[in-house]
Amino acid sequence: MSAMAETLPLDAPRLMPATPILRMEGITRRFGNVVALKNVSATVYPGEVLGIVGESGSGKSTLLRLMNLEDSPDEGHYRLDIPDADGNLFDLDRYARRMLRARHIGIVYQNPHLGLLMRNSSSGNVAERLLIAGERRFAELRARAEDALSASEFPLERMDAPPIELSGGMQQRVQLAKAIALEPALLLLDEPTTGLDVSVQALVLDTLKRLQRDRAITMVLVSHDLGVIRTMADRVMVMRRGCVVEQGLADQIFQDPQHEYTQALVHAKL
Amino acid sequence: MPNCENAMIDDNALLARSEPATSGARAVLEVENLTKHFDMHHLGKRLLAFEGMSFRVFPGQFLLLRGQNGAGKSTLLRTLYRSYRPKGGHIWLNTDEGRIDLARAADVDIALLRRREIGFVTQFLNPRPRVAAEDIVAEPLRLAGRSKEEALAEARRWLEEFGVKPELWAAYPSTFSGGEQQKVNLARALILPQRLLMLDEPTASLDVGARQALVRRLAALKEAGVAMIGVFHHRADIADLVDSELDLTTKEPCDVAE
Repeated sequence: MSAMAETLPLDAPRLMPATPILRMEGITRRFGNVVALKNVSATVYPGEVLGIVGESGSGKSTLLRLMNLEDSPDEGHYRLDIPDADGNLFDLDRYARRMLRARHIGIVYQNPHLGLLMRNSSSGNVAERLLIAGERRFAELRARAEDALSASEFPLERMDAPPIELSGGMQQRVQLAKAIALEPALLLLDEPTTGLDVSVQALVLDTLKRLQRDRAITMVLVSHDLGVIRTMADRVMVMRRGCVVEQGLADQIFQDPQHEYTQALVHAKL
Repeated sequence: MPNCENAMIDDNALLARSEPATSGARAVLEVENLTKHFDMHHLGKRLLAFEGMSFRVFPGQFLLLRGQNGAGKSTLLRTLYRSYRPKGGHIWLNTDEGRIDLARAADVDIALLRRREIGFVTQFLNPRPRVAAEDIVAEPLRLAGRSKEEALAEARRWLEEFGVKPELWAAYPSTFSGGEQQKVNLARALILPQRLLMLDEPTASLDVGARQALVRRLAALKEAGVAMIGVFHHRADIADLVDSELDLTTKEPCDVAE
């Protein structure tokens, strides 16, 4: 009987026909002898925030990198419901992946060094994303970089400073501005507030909430911090040792966790 | 008109015995054989909350849940809202789009239904950092597609109705007192009439004025056909609204004294 709730999200009877924006099926990823992901599937609907929680080594960041097409799995399918993205996206070559990523997917890494050129100006970091997508008019580049930076609540008087001169919270805002500059269909967030102090963390999360509300950006948020997930996510996927052990609406995961591991996780937090 | 038949408990064949107060009206909610238990893995135990519960609720009907502490009143509400996952049975909701079993519906549909059809009022507000009271209240209208100005005007009207002082409207509720937070919570939860409204002790920390405003609003929603299921500590407040009662201690429906 308890199997009923666990099988819900993918094959449950549907009332309103909504097409998932992201669908991953049967993803397996091995690194040598280590199986990082075992037959993982994930679905994300337009406008929602999917939270992925799990301890270190659970496979959550590996999954996010696959969503960003930085890596390929040993098995599995990946579809995005966006223009010019037909079939299994893992079949695309490097150039096609790069173009798809530039136009439709934004990512914010925990480590700003992965996402930013630290010695270029902050506005230049954002403009670079627009250049890849084909924008060449200088005034337009500048205006759109400004727009993205102010949407990320970055102080515009600092927009020409290089990220290396900025605080961690400000660097995350530059990453965020770069990620949203092209109004991506999908925004991927890999531990975006880990390592920031609590007040800065609250500001970054609030900015993300605001973006989601005002621009209806679909987000996938990876974090080991249950508080962050609870504040942000509509639905939550719990991962452990490369498997999805449980998924559900955020209030279900926090108020009525089913799996032994999720219960231990939630009880440890509360 | 009170009618205990609307809230019927029967472990076997359901729905057959009960006739709606307004004959011909279709039930908003049909609960059949609903079962909920909790598996507590760290204790190796299963805790039964209720099983085989069945009842119906019709448009404009107010069903009061009764029972001692721990009888499962809040558990039932949360299970109907799908914060708790049902373990058996059906929760049929009749919507304009069709009939859907909330016990089995996909999470994404539940999320959508919570925006459009099913409201839930608790005694707790979960204030988000740096969001003004009036924006919190206006949000359901914004999500329903109203313009910002229109939604804010309506939000302020309800904040005033529930007795929140105008100087607090643009402030962040995380620093408000429990009672003021609850007023913001109520204004938000009740601003947009929904098909089914669940109320979990909404009067718990309210002053008399706000309680009266709440009862006025509930009466208007009832008049507009909103079906309600509620747990109330101060039962006298809503005595005039209650059509039927469900006692979770005895699992028996009972008449409401007029």
